[in-house]
Amino acid sequence: MIVRILGEGQWEMSEEHLAGLNELDEQVEAAVEAGDEVTFSNTLVALLDAVRKRGTVLAEDSLHDSDLILPPADASLEEVRELLNDDGLIPG
Amino acid sequence: MSLMKRISLIFRSKASGAIDRAEDPRQTLDYSYQRQIELLSKVRRGVADVATSRKRVELQANQLEQQSQKLHDQAQKALSMGREDLAREALTRKSGLTGQITDLKAQQAQLQGEEEKLTLASQRLQAKVESFRTRKETIKATYTAAEAQTKINEAFSGISEEMGDVGMAVQRAEDKTAQMQARAGAIDELISSGALDDVSQVGGGDDISRELDAMSSDSDVETELAALKAGSSGSTPPPAIEATDATPQAQPEPQSREKGGPA
Repeated sequence: MIVRILGEGQWEMSEEHLAGLNELDEQVEAAVEAGDEVTFSNTLVALLDAVRKRGTVLAEDSLHDSDLILPPADASLEEVRELLNDDGLIPG
Repeated sequence: MSLMKRISLIFRSKASGAIDRAEDPRQTLDYSYQRQIELLSKVRRGVADVATSRKRVELQANQLEQQSQKLHDQAQKALSMGREDLAREALTRKSGLTGQITDLKAQQAQLQGEEEKLTLASQRLQAKVESFRTRKETIKATYTAAEAQTKINEAFSGISEEMGDVGMAVQRAEDKTAQMQARAGAIDELISSGALDDVSQVGGGDDISRELDAMSSDSDVETELAALKAGSSGSTPPPAIEATDATPQAQPEPQSREKGGPA
């Protein structure tokens, strides 16, 4: 499975790590929904670290698309909300 | 649905919508390649813009640090002349600058970070564009229009995701840089107006410096006068000059009067 951290690159993850990622992902999501800025940045850091530590960096010239896409490390809660909006940050 | 999945879905639909479809799918490859090249040069311009902003902030931090050092020296000088009030004033202004310097240093670090991120993004995009170009040529040479479609879709999905990512990175860097440029512009104005010379009283000029200058020119005049008097009365000038460094301003005068009297 391939995971992209926006602004950073792509990692290949084995299925065994998926459960751990999902758990962290849920925590980030809950923080976004609660509008809890502190928990959001802590859990996002943990989620991205898990990808970086457990994954293998994909070759720069690979043209694989990602199965999962994660917000940039320095994203604010507001930016993640915009990412989840159709008319958000991603340039058309 | 999970955050990661939601972002992925939105990202993908945006990215695939961005592809210009041509009648012959093989032509679509060329259009896309064109857009990749454009994006690549946009990212490189972005790197250069951020670097320019970073240098500007660096320059400002240096200017303010010099100013801060100057105020420190002034405080020392004022204290050595027994003017604690002036020394206090200089140090107060210095502490006003310290906050600005810290702020500028933080901005500088942030811009440096943006610059590094964009540089890496441009390298990744470059590698993928290169890879896409090779694949594009293979597809055009090997497949008929009808056969090409699936191969093309495969090549597109990876590159369009990267383009979406890089496009967003450039956008974010631009936004951040624009905010900082506005603040840098304000500081440039402050520096050129001379208001930072005198943080507590805008438009007042560097009055500490003026007062210290006035005091030291007074003392220089007195010292020189003393030396002249001493010279005319027959004693040698060098001790008098040495005395300027060591003794406070008021002393040479009475000394020379005493010396001049009996001679």
